[in-house]
Amino acid sequence: MATLNLDRAWDLHPQVSVRPEPFGALLYHFGTRKLSFLKDRGLLAVVQALATAPTARAACSAAGVDDGNLPRYEQALAVLAQSSMVVERTPSP
Amino acid sequence: MTTTPETSRPTPSASRLVDLFEYGLAAPICLTWELTYACNLSCTHCLSSSGRRDPRELTTAEAKAVIDELEAMQVFYVNIGGGEPTVRPDFWELIDYATAHHVGVKFSTNGVRITPEVAQRLARNDYVDVQISLDGATADVNDAVRGPGSYDTALRAMRNLADAGMKNFKLSVVCTRHNIPQMDDFKAIADRYGAQLRLTRLRPSGRGADVWDELHPLPEQQRELYDWLVAHGEQVLTGDSFFHLSAYGQALPGLNLCGAGRVVCLIDPVGDVYACPFAIHDEFLAGNVRRPGGFAHVWRESELFRSLREPQSGGACASCTFYDTCKGGCMAAKFFTGLPLDGPDPECVQGYGEQLLADRPKGRGHIPKPSGDHSHRTAPGRRSGPVDVVLRRRPDMDRPPVSDCAEDPLAGMRLT
Repeated sequence: MATLNLDRAWDLHPQVSVRPEPFGALLYHFGTRKLSFLKDRGLLAVVQALATAPTARAACSAAGVDDGNLPRYEQALAVLAQSSMVVERTPSP
Repeated sequence: MTTTPETSRPTPSASRLVDLFEYGLAAPICLTWELTYACNLSCTHCLSSSGRRDPRELTTAEAKAVIDELEAMQVFYVNIGGGEPTVRPDFWELIDYATAHHVGVKFSTNGVRITPEVAQRLARNDYVDVQISLDGATADVNDAVRGPGSYDTALRAMRNLADAGMKNFKLSVVCTRHNIPQMDDFKAIADRYGAQLRLTRLRPSGRGADVWDELHPLPEQQRELYDWLVAHGEQVLTGDSFFHLSAYGQALPGLNLCGAGRVVCLIDPVGDVYACPFAIHDEFLAGNVRRPGGFAHVWRESELFRSLREPQSGGACASCTFYDTCKGGCMAAKFFTGLPLDGPDPECVQGYGEQLLADRPKGRGHIPKPSGDHSHRTAPGRRSGPVDVVLRRRPDMDRPPVSDCAEDPLAGMRLT
């Protein structure tokens, strides 16, 4: 099972485009030419919060994910990280 | 041509993606755009009956306006085809315009214009992918379908792309009765040039209708192909085109649904929008990008597309235990073989299609014809009106014949 460190800072890969859809969103990575689906709006909110949140955990809570659901979102983010849709943000100097 | 790309599904919720997609999307995932009907080849199975340019084709400015719309709709990329799209004089200009406007491009070509210089230019642009068409792993099998010299052209293009450092471009193969035994050879060719193999289904669309009976895979070959696809999994792309084979058992990678009007559509060279690239017929015509509202209006509002997004009943297939995996197969394949749209695919792996094909009336009168034919002429074109020529004897047979150009003042004079 894929894992992801929730206590680090993450962001969408700069070559990834996000298109909101009624069911969630579509993600397309121009570098790998892979498409990914976010099957709920909650996950979309998490992904969109990543850029400004200090950690992935903070992004989840900003998007209103409660503790009980956190493992599912962690798993979903881990899958996105595996396909390079989401990458760890390099700490600013 | 193409349909759906590789997918992965990070998911906290449980509903099946395919069920969500049946109701359509805000914009297509996979849009095929045929830029021209002009082509240097005359492939026997061409699904757009290409050859000659259509004088009404979109101008450069109109094509750019379409790209602007695609950018606004966040269509991530377009699959450009034809015809042979690279013969359009503004082809490279349009590619550059699209990629500068965040619309990625994957284009299909027979390789005729992929010189070393072009290959280097393509290799430098991350937002462009190339798909080289080849329908035989040997020249004899390929050239029988695509025409003399086309095998060499395709291989030269692949070598140029590989030499330029282009990685992971696509080698695109339409599966026929004659090349299904060559799948391993195709894979070897793709590997040799650092390309990825992409297999698609032969459809009875365009000129394909004329050769489908002789070229479509035999029932035992369908099984062979299915086993090969299962064994190679995600390494080989299929554009989701073999979902009718999923009824053999395990579903193939991909969405496994007919995306027509839901996630896929076609813009043809004159701006007509069809439900899918395999259905160039008035029955599947949704609108035209030149009309008010442009492409976005057609995608969102066309009555045809709305009806395709309604839940479909399985019709004659509803009671089949495999309906959930094959969904009745390909709409275009049924339509252009004269089968009912709510029944089995002509290549239904359970054999229901074969039965229906055998029961069709004799002749081709009942089979719908594609809307246009841009094939190269093999006989002189028809004149616009009849030319009446009546052969008869001169009434004045006793006079010497006189040419209309005779200038002699005594011409035609009867000297008796």
